Amino acid sequence: MTLALAVDIGLALLILAMAAWTIAVRDTFASVIGFVTYGLLLTLVWVRLALPDVALTEAAMGGGLTGALLIGAAARLRRTEATVRERPGVFTRTLAAVLSATVTAALSFCVLNLPDPAPTLAPGAAAKLGSTGVGNPVTAVLLAYRSMDTLLEAIVVLIALFGVWSLAHDRFWGGCPQLRTHADSEGILAYFARILPPIGIIVGVYIFWIGADFPGGKFQGATILAAMWLLVIGAGLAHFPPVSQAWLRILLVAGPLVFMAIGFAGIVTAGAVFAYPDGFAKPLILAIEIALMPTLVLALALLVAGAPQRMPPQ
Amino acid sequence: MNGPTLFGLCAAALIGFGLYGLIVNPQPLRKIIGFNIIGSGVFLLFGTIARRGAAAGMGGDPVPQALLITGIVVAFSATALAVALLLRLFDEGGVVTLVSEASPTEAKADPPDA
Repeated sequence: MTLALAVDIGLALLILAMAAWTIAVRDTFASVIGFVTYGLLLTLVWVRLALPDVALTEAAMGGGLTGALLIGAAARLRRTEATVRERPGVFTRTLAAVLSATVTAALSFCVLNLPDPAPTLAPGAAAKLGSTGVGNPVTAVLLAYRSMDTLLEAIVVLIALFGVWSLAHDRFWGGCPQLRTHADSEGILAYFARILPPIGIIVGVYIFWIGADFPGGKFQGATILAAMWLLVIGAGLAHFPPVSQAWLRILLVAGPLVFMAIGFAGIVTAGAVFAYPDGFAKPLILAIEIALMPTLVLALALLVAGAPQRMPPQ
Repeated sequence: MNGPTLFGLCAAALIGFGLYGLIVNPQPLRKIIGFNIIGSGVFLLFGTIARRGAAAGMGGDPVPQALLITGIVVAFSATALAVALLLRLFDEGGVVTLVSEASPTEAKADPPDA
């Protein structure tokens, strides 16, 4: 127990040092790299807290995709970021430090005074797990107990994507997003982009499939598949399709539409919105997940890609 | 002191660090990073609450865990939208700073590839 606590203390100190460095370092690019490292350290914290589903999401999303997004932005903004040297005056910084310390102190007081024993919904989630047909309680919460949240989440991802697309220049409206890379078609990146996707696709589909009974699920799996697509495009071996393509738009809205159709069909078949008829919970959950998968893969990759920047070659 | 309490205090400190970075760093991209550090601190705080709710043979309360997964995905989407807004601003003006007396800068926008 004392050794475990020592590991936890070391991890906490490391993550605090990384966060402080990410905020204090002058160069924005260095800060972004610090943030990616910080995301990976945070993944270890989730493992230490015995929350493997969250750890997988954090590793794929918090460290991976957010990192790719920020690195791309930092590379484009490098020149303008470097010109901004001046920081706010001593008074503003002192005030900010006092405010931050006050927030931290108040939150620490709350953490040290959390109710004991802690309130928990775990027994309730375990009691009805059999009727959902899935073995992973987190998946049961996401797709059976609180499936409305998951539907709205998928819609939020889509709305964010529409927001990003609407920022395109008029002349690139409906065009192709682009990753700014300087890939050598014979280089090591292109080599990896040929070797890694077959393995990555299997891992992604496995994590998606295993999510029914063990840690994993569609968000983590979709992120891995999106990363494989981005890798191939980043290496210059493929290009993003124009965002005006009908198949792309159909796949993007298909997931939420199937989800809504099954949810509202519950009124007739099970007597409530987002209820599943007895004995059909598992196949319906599976249908929703399979429909959501392409939506999430495309939406997450295209969110990293940003607004369309060129017209498709005629 | 046990693991969840320790990481709860760590989360409180991370929220403070992020808030300081959000206020003090003048570059918008750094503000986005600061905001993400606040967000991850909030997630970690919620994660310690999930861990404390361990019962019925589960490592943690599954309801906060599911909300955390939702939260991380939504945070990524919001970050992507913020970055896209920032890059569009850069394309328009070539200057991206929130310093009030912004000094004129020579940095010009990269022309978008035609």
